[in-house]
This record gives sequence, structure tokens and C-alpha cells, in this order.
Amino acid sequence: MSGNRAAARRRQALFRWATISICLVFFALPLLGMLEFTTRGPGGTRSPQTWATLVDFGTVSAEYPVLREGFLSSMGLAVFTVVIMLALLVPTMTWVRLRLPHLSRTVEFMCLLPLTVPAIVLVVGLTPVYAWVTYLFGESTLWLSLAYVILVLPYAYRSLDAGLRAIDVKTLAEASRSLGAGWGTVMVRIVLPNLRTAVLSASFLSVALVLGEFTIANLFSRKNLQVAMYELGKSDAKISIAVGLAALVFAFVVLFAMSFIGGARAAAAPVARTGRKESA
Amino acid sequence: MPRPRTTWPRTGQTPLDDRRHPRARRRRRPSGALLGVVPFFAYTTVFLVIPTLVVVVGAFTSGAGVTLGNVEALTQPAVLAALQHSVVLSAVTAAGGAVIGAVLAYAVSTGRGGGVMTRFVTSLCGVLAQFGGVALAFAFLASFGATGFLTTWLARIGVDTGPGLWLYEWDKGLMLVYLYFQVPLMLIVFLPAVEGLRPQWREATETLGGSTWVYWRRVAAPILLPSFVGAMLLLFTNAFSAYATAAALVSQGSPLLPLAIGNTLTSEVILGQENVGKAMALAMVVVVAIVMGLYAVLDRRASKWLTP
Amino acid sequence: MRAPERWTDAHREGVTVQLMNLRRSYGSLNALDDFTLHIAPGELVALLGPSGCGKTTALRCLAGLEDPDAGRIEVGGRDVTSTPTNRRDMGMVFQAYSLFPHMTARQNVEFGLQLRRRSALQRRARAADMLDLVALSDQADKYAHQMSGGQQQRVALARALAIEPEVLLLDEPLSALDAKVRSQLRDEIRRIQLAVGTTTLFVTHDQEEALAVADRVGVMRAGHLEQLAAPQDLYAHPTSEFVADFVGLTNRLPGVAVDGHADVLGGRVPLLDGSARSGDIVVLVRPEGIDIALDPSGSATVLSASFLGAHGRVTTEIADGHRVVVQVPSSWVARYQPGARVRLAPRGDAALAVAPN
Repeated sequence: MSGNRAAARRRQALFRWATISICLVFFALPLLGMLEFTTRGPGGTRSPQTWATLVDFGTVSAEYPVLREGFLSSMGLAVFTVVIMLALLVPTMTWVRLRLPHLSRTVEFMCLLPLTVPAIVLVVGLTPVYAWVTYLFGESTLWLSLAYVILVLPYAYRSLDAGLRAIDVKTLAEASRSLGAGWGTVMVRIVLPNLRTAVLSASFLSVALVLGEFTIANLFSRKNLQVAMYELGKSDAKISIAVGLAALVFAFVVLFAMSFIGGARAAAAPVARTGRKESA
Repeated sequence: MPRPRTTWPRTGQTPLDDRRHPRARRRRRPSGALLGVVPFFAYTTVFLVIPTLVVVVGAFTSGAGVTLGNVEALTQPAVLAALQHSVVLSAVTAAGGAVIGAVLAYAVSTGRGGGVMTRFVTSLCGVLAQFGGVALAFAFLASFGATGFLTTWLARIGVDTGPGLWLYEWDKGLMLVYLYFQVPLMLIVFLPAVEGLRPQWREATETLGGSTWVYWRRVAAPILLPSFVGAMLLLFTNAFSAYATAAALVSQGSPLLPLAIGNTLTSEVILGQENVGKAMALAMVVVVAIVMGLYAVLDRRASKWLTP
Repeated sequence: MRAPERWTDAHREGVTVQLMNLRRSYGSLNALDDFTLHIAPGELVALLGPSGCGKTTALRCLAGLEDPDAGRIEVGGRDVTSTPTNRRDMGMVFQAYSLFPHMTARQNVEFGLQLRRRSALQRRARAADMLDLVALSDQADKYAHQMSGGQQQRVALARALAIEPEVLLLDEPLSALDAKVRSQLRDEIRRIQLAVGTTTLFVTHDQEEALAVADRVGVMRAGHLEQLAAPQDLYAHPTSEFVADFVGLTNRLPGVAVDGHADVLGGRVPLLDGSARSGDIVVLVRPEGIDIALDPSGSATVLSASFLGAHGRVTTEIADGHRVVVQVPSSWVARYQPGARVRLAPRGDAALAVAPN
């Protein structure tokens, strides 16, 4: 009895575990550094003080108003961005698919254009635009979501595009129209319910991007979570590093959980085809 | 009762009208449908196209009208240095990240497709690649800073990294930090390509008499090359455009192009030099556009081979 | 399709292939269960069976792509059980994705020759020969994604044969193709195999395919061979109910065994070896083994009649409610309207009978 295949498989498994372990160790080190830093107590002891403080939302809000403001702003920004993105993209993409197929290339181009415009460049160009926005609508940080939608476009587009392709919108629309449905009914009762996974995926990516966004907020002197962390880092390193670590862990848990719903590549798929810039 | 869809434009309902209004013939597209995409194009025009135009036009104007002065200002040593540093940093971390990430991607691909390990690694890389910026910078500060635990560890084994200033230098610390999010991005972008290698190709090579080495040299590597180079280009633009990490680590000076651009927005601007920032931004867009163009070409070639 | 003249100098005598007592299991699943098969030199044996029966596992063990847990494999008298795949000198055609996507057809065919360090001149000549053999000389510089499925498989065949392998392995090569292409290509594969004379193992789940190309057909079930026989033999004299059912259509009709014969459908039919020989039995009768005639006093009723091109099929119902499918010449189909009364009688071909379950 020969064991060629079995031996080859064992070697491969060894290589796999060795490589992944080494990489995981390297990835874990700085994260451990964060944990180590935030659990330092007086005189070289370990203390959960920082984390205890973090979990106590009341104290946190009181002692670190910057953090509270940043956190709430980011939450609001996330919600607004997702809503605007969905309201903008879902009807448009479905509409183009169904009625204006010759425009699909143009829409795709527009949605992928932000990939060639780094956030830092967008900030430069948005300055006059936002001067108008502030003049018309006021100073609130939440207006940043208008710019965030642009940042989110490529990833949301890819997600929704894959979803629309998978459910073959054309056939569904034709079938429902032949049964007498108007366009509104088609959109709301046929297309949207079938796009649930794609919408969820696009929404989650948008939330992740918004929560990690720093560049635009910082250069427009607004406060979101990342800016708050950054500013806090200058005065109280421990709490801001704890927030950073908590955010990373939270994002990981959500991505990991999501991967079981959509399959191993669901978490990465829309990113994979377009490539993600570092959260700028 | 659904109304039958008419293809006549609102003005002129009959061919007779067409003769009287020849222009009506040209407007026979269902104009109602076009209305549906107006919100989208209006939005992207205001928030994407106009800012891009602002940058492009602004790069060639100053308070006094059209000028090449801003572009000439790009040749200042400080700006050139920033550009050069950015390019080198991006290229090095792209190459390094590509190689390490590719090996990691191959290792992951040999495991079970939907297994827990694959999901774990993919999710972790998703977070590290997308969530970088400030948190990552802090992680490195905490670990490698003056009192960081890795600094102490390294000191114990004899590597003295000093008070951790190397972390803020673009060609030392920043490179390491950038690698930290380049490798995960590579995994995410390149893994689908590696998984696209059909087992039949390997088996065919073996039945034809080839060894593992032959397979990699003659079959797998050539097939993966376009994807690999494409992914590397993506990594380049990723590092080139990155702002947050550098901003969080570098407190003074602007050794990198994005930081230089950021500075023109926040610090005092010399009279006559207001639009140098726009020129820098334009330079950045040009570089990124070229690289992304190359990436698009390679991606198309790769998808012809790796998806039936 | 022309006969290859330049072959005789490079022609190799076919070799014997022996798979002996192979066992292979995946966890609790037995893919191969004491599987034994001898293939004569130059013979084409088709392994036929439903999915999961082990036919592909057997082929892959022969190729070396899988390790059997127990048993021996001999090729040309040599024990190759522990020889790695790349030293077994076998040509293989896969069901799909056979070709290397980054190489042209010509480069694909030359690949094996390159590994054997043939000179560029020899490689070119040989590749041209092979592409000519499969009638694709004009596609030599095309890539896989520019070719149709059938063309790709032909190039794969050329590539496998270019290295003059001792054994040719075909793993469901036609399953991914359109019906029309499938039947054309299957005949071409057979003609080429006969011309070259390589011992061949052909795996398929399509019984028509197996019967059309093979010298002998082996029907597999649950990891072992149920029956191994020439196609006509297999079809006319199945030794088990499974084989009778799997190969061709059968009607299951109640009957009574009498003295080596079966009384069924009001007639008498000799019983094949292996049949149940006494009492009430179920007789497996083929559609072409039944005569049908319009008869107002007949005991069967027509349910439907279909025109299938080369022949027709009439589905009837007999007195006790059983459905009987009868094959008729295509011109007869129009006669049999639903509801018409007909008379059925067995033609007298020997049939297999089993005990009622």
C-alpha cells in the first residue's frame, strides 16, 4: 500500500499550519501590545482599571466628553451614510438594470471612480462644496455622511451588483409585470426582499468604513470616533488605546459572525474585487 | 390594469407629429425612465465630479488666473522628497506585502474551503485591512513605544530600539506599520485567485509527468502572475493614498505626500501658494489613476484564465 | 477522421492493466470494496454506474491520484501501486478544465513532450500530428477560453496521447458537453483509440455512451463490479436486477415461473441465468421485447404515445394496473391514441426474473 498522497497531504497541512501560525503571531503581537498597555497598573502590576472604566458608560461620558461626542457622531454618521447609500443605490441600480441597460457601464464607472480618488484628494476638492453645505445646512458633523457615501460607493456597488446578478432581476421583473404589477410594486415587493443579503453586506461594509474613517473628519475639523481617539491619545493614552482595541475586536467578531451567514468569502468578497484602501 | 408602455415621447403622439417635429423622432427613448437615474447622477456630480474638477482646475489656477506656478511648486525639494518617500514606501510595502500575503493566501487555500480556520483568517484580515488608521498606529505605539512591551522584550534579547523614535520615521517604523495592513489586504485580494486554480491542472501536470516544481514553474505561477501583479498594484495605491496611519504616527513634518497635502489644508498658507495643495492632489490622482488603469488591464486578463 | 499513418514507428503494443482487490474508504463510506478488474492489451473497458458507485475512484487509483487502502495495481506486469502519478506514464482526460488556460492548444499538446525533453523539432511535428488526428489543426494557436467544450476535450485527448502513454484514462470526458457534440465526439474517441491501440479505461454514468464505445462494460455498484461483459451481452443477458434496470429500460411485469420459463403478459418467455425459478416472479422485459396491436377486445389501454425520432414509445396500462412501455417503429406512433384498446404479447426474448419484494 502506498502512502504518496497521504504523505503529500500531511506535508501540505504542516506547511499550512506553520505559515498561518507564524502570521497569526505577527498579527497578534501589536494587539497584545495594546492589551498589555491598557492593563498596566501602578508599580508594574496588572490592572483592569482602564477596561472597567471603559465599560462604565456613565463615567466615560462624563470624564471623556470628546469620546462620547465622537462615538455618538460616528453612530449617527454610520446610520445616515447607510440610509443615503441605500436610498441612492438600490433604486438606481435596479432601475438601470431593468430599464436603462445601456447606462450600466456609466453607473459602474461612476461608482468605481472613488477608487482612483484618494480620500485626502477628495477632501481638498470638497472644501468649497462643504463651504456651501455648511452655509446651507449648518455645522453639524452629520453632514459628513454626504461625503462618506462617496467613499462607500465602490464597495456598496459591488455588493449590490452581485446581489442583483444573483437574483436575475430582469426575469423577476418581467414575470411580475406580466402578472400585472406596476414598477413600484416590483421594486418594493419583489426586488428588495430578495436583495436582503446584498443590502446587509453593503450596509455592513459602509458601517465599517464610516467607523474607521479619519481623514475627512480630521481635515474638516469635525469629531468622529477616530478623531476623538486620536485627540484623546495625546492626553490619556490608555483609554484611547482601549477604545481602539475594543473597536478592532468588535469589528472582527461581527465580520466573523457574518461569514457564517454568507459563506467564508462573504466578508471579504466585495472588498476582494475592488481592493480596499487603508481606512483613510 | 397596467397601461401598455408607449414609446412615443410626450410631445407628438403620432408619426404625423414626427414629420412636423423632426426632433421628436430623436427623443423616442423613454424619457420617463431617465428621470429615475437623475438623483444618482446629481449626487455624484456634486460630491464626486465637482471636487475632482476643483482639484484639476485649481491645480492650474491661482488668485491671479491660469498659471503653471502650482505645478512648478511641485518641484520644490520638500514636495519632491515627500513624493519620493511616498513612492518608495508604497512600492516597498506593496512588494513585501504581496510576497508575504501571497504565501499566506496559498497556505489558507490548501485548507478546507469553508472551514473555521479560513473564515477566521479571512475575517481577521478583513478587519486589519479596512480598519487601520488610528487604531493600528496606537497598537504600534503601545507595543514599540518607549515603554512598549515589545521594546522591552527586544531589549532583553539584545536589540536596542532606543526610545522608539524609529517608529515615526517613514523608512523604518512606518514601513512596518504599513506592512501590517498590506499583508491582510493582499490575502483578501489574492485569495480568490489562488482558489481559482483548478485541481485538474495540477493533476493533469502530474499525469503528463511533471513534478510539483514543474507545476509551480510552468502552470500555477504563470497563471497567477497577472493576479499577483494586479494585487501588488492595488497594494501600492492603498499605501500611496493612506493618510490616517501616517497622521497618527508622524507628529511633525510631512515626509509623505498625503501628509503634505493635509498640511496645506490645516496650516498657514503662503500668499500665492494656496493652490499648491491642489497641484499635489492632482499629482496624486494622476499616479493612482495610472496604477489603477494597469490594474484594470491585468484584472481582465486574469479573469479570462481563472473563471471559465 | 483519418487513420494515423505515422504511428507505426512510434506505435506501442498495448499493455495489460490489472486492478486487484482494491479497497478505498473515506471515513465510513466505502468507495471501493474489493474491486478487481483486468483489462486486456488494447482493450477499451467502460466503467458504468450511478454517482457514488466508485467508478471515478477506481480510475483515480489507477492514475495514482488516490491511494488505495489495500490491493495491487499492475500495468504491463509491473507493480505500480506505490509509484507516484508522474512516473506512471498514463494519459488522462478530465471531465472539465482539462486544458491549461495560459497556453495555446499547441503548447498544451507539447507540454508532456517538453517534460520528456524532446527536441523542439520533434515536439512541433508530434503536436501537429496529434492536432491533425483530432481534426483541430486550425485551432492550434487558440486558447482554451476561445474554444468550445468539445474542442477543448479534443485538445485534451491530443495532449494525453502525445506522450504515447501505456494507458489512456478518460474520466467522464463527455459529461459536460451538449448532447449532439457528445455523440459525435464519442465516436471519434473510439476511432482514435482503435487506431492507436492504447489500453483504455473510460468512466461514465451514461449507459448509452458506455455501450457505444466499449469492448467490455463493467457495471459498478457500491464499490464493486456487478457485471463485466461485452455491450450486447450486458444488454441482452443482465445477471442482476440492478444491471437490467440500469442499462436500458425495463418493464417490471408480474408472472409465474414454470419449468425454466416465465408466463407473463399472456405468453411464455425463457428465463436467463440467475433468475428466480419458482412461484410468483417479477419479469424484467425490455420495451422492444413486447409486441403491440390495436384490438378492441384487448386487455390493455393506451395511456400515451411519444414520437422519439428514430423510434416511438407507447405507454399502456394492463388489467392489474401495471404500466407497460412498448417500443414501436416511429411511423406507428400516430395509430395509438390515448384510450385505445390494445393487445400485448411478449416476443420471446429471454428475460431476467426476480422474486417479488
